[in-house]
Amino acid sequence: MTIKSELTEQAETSLESSEKITMTHSQMKSLSYRDAFFLVLKRDITIALRHRDDIINPLLFFIIVVTLFPLGIGPEANTLSQIAPGIIWVAALLATLLSLDRLFKSDYNDGSLEQMLLSPHPIFLLVLAKVVAHWLITGLPLIFIAPLLAVLLHLNEQSYGALILTLLLGTPVLSLLGAVGVALTVGIKKGGVLLSLLVLPLYIPVLIFATSAIDTASIGLPYSGQLAIIAALFFGSLTLAPFAVGAALKVSTN
Amino acid sequence: MWKWLHPYANPEVSYHFTGRLLPWFSALAAILLSIGLVWALLFAPADYQQGDSFRIFYIHVPAASLSMGIYFGMAIAALCSLVWQLKLADASAAAMAPVGAVFTAIALLTGSAWGKPMWGTWWIWDARLTSELILLFLYLGVIALHSAFEDKNLAGKAAGILTLVGSINLPIIKYSVEWWNTLHQGSTVSKLGKPSMSLDMLWPFLFCFLGFAMLVAVIVCYRFRNEILARNSIRPWVRELVSARATHK
Amino acid sequence: MQFNSFSEFINMGGYGFYVWLSFGVSALLLVILLISSKADHQKIINNIAKQKQREDKLRQARELRKQQASSAQDEAEQATS
Repeated sequence: MTIKSELTEQAETSLESSEKITMTHSQMKSLSYRDAFFLVLKRDITIALRHRDDIINPLLFFIIVVTLFPLGIGPEANTLSQIAPGIIWVAALLATLLSLDRLFKSDYNDGSLEQMLLSPHPIFLLVLAKVVAHWLITGLPLIFIAPLLAVLLHLNEQSYGALILTLLLGTPVLSLLGAVGVALTVGIKKGGVLLSLLVLPLYIPVLIFATSAIDTASIGLPYSGQLAIIAALFFGSLTLAPFAVGAALKVSTN
Repeated sequence: MWKWLHPYANPEVSYHFTGRLLPWFSALAAILLSIGLVWALLFAPADYQQGDSFRIFYIHVPAASLSMGIYFGMAIAALCSLVWQLKLADASAAAMAPVGAVFTAIALLTGSAWGKPMWGTWWIWDARLTSELILLFLYLGVIALHSAFEDKNLAGKAAGILTLVGSINLPIIKYSVEWWNTLHQGSTVSKLGKPSMSLDMLWPFLFCFLGFAMLVAVIVCYRFRNEILARNSIRPWVRELVSARATHK
Repeated sequence: MQFNSFSEFINMGGYGFYVWLSFGVSALLLVILLISSKADHQKIINNIAKQKQREDKLRQARELRKQQASSAQDEAEQATS
């Protein structure tokens, strides 16, 4: 009797790890798609909140880049207000690019990315959750800070609404397209510079339409056309980019 | 229906097949290009507005359209390799990328050399030149991604995904740049956009275009064969071929 | 023929520099690309040949060692008997 219980105990301890895995597997099978999505989202946000500098550094970068422009160009209010939309948007592109690296890198390094790809849930969903988390952590703070920087650059008062709206619709596109680039380069040692080469050309349409919307708003004309195009880009990338990210992650983790 | 295509999925068969095609392509390229270029430089009439600077267009236009065409070809190859797991499609995409990049660079350089006497400056943010520049970035991205991977099969897959994403984005970029250009068009841009072409200008154009297309075929064939050899270096047929051809032992 | 003399042909109605610059640079780039693509073929073949040589050498060394080991074993057996 005692021997038997001892044996089972031994078996339990030795099999503990594997049992844990099977348990989580069975749990995951019973998870609904929504649960899986929110689980990944919550996990990513929790991790990000524990590494606060990952959130703050791109923001600081955004602020510093924007403040450098008046120093380089000169403080005339007219010039600044003319180039303000372009500066804010270019800085936002660069800040997003800077923060993209951590989207998959740590998960790739500790192997949890592979576990995620092996899970029974569609990759589309999990990737989408990760990208949404990334946007909430890095894109959303940009939107809160942008009006302050717009004040520094003497942005036309009529354009503030357009600035917020374009950032609200545009930064998710940046996160989605950027995720494709990160997924392709995550397995490469020096992927950082390569990432910018891959991703920045794809950002051009967003940049063009967003700055044009802000410009149009500053003259007092309706900018709903540009906004509609950015929204189209948003929904297009929302439906297509996660597939590309999934395929790219499969290549990168091999 | 497509059974006749199947043997060409074999690297050895494709290698020898492209080898047999090469002399024909080379001859065609040489003939068409020499006729076309001589015609374009010597016999085609000068444009009534732009004079002889119009002759740059006999290179610029074929290079620009081929640069787009090669990207399209790469996208098709990438799609084939992703859908049917064809390794040869990867090899052909890898062979096309540098050729496309060079043609894009030529289109850019000739465009800017044409622009200097016409616009008075080497560079203008003209819609066509700008989208060519972005196309060059896309090509360079694909090439850089290709060379960043050690494993050529992985590199092909990754570059294929990037090519497909780029090919979806390319029309969007092109139209947004055109739209942006009309929005910001200053008074400096003269209206020397598209000249209407008479027939005696069109013929040399056709010859030049086909000649450059054949030249692309020649270079892509050479590079394709190189890619096949490099990817199949441990196969017996490659080993036999190597022992027959290697220069120093 | 659009030009009356060779110098007129070179001059290209005043656009000579730009025309010949574009044709020259294009020709140069294409020739470099063509030649390098062609030269790569021999380079790859030589690389594979070298790789093959290295593998052959390794195989020979392995066989040699095996032979030596077996001969040493034979000697040892002879010594014990």
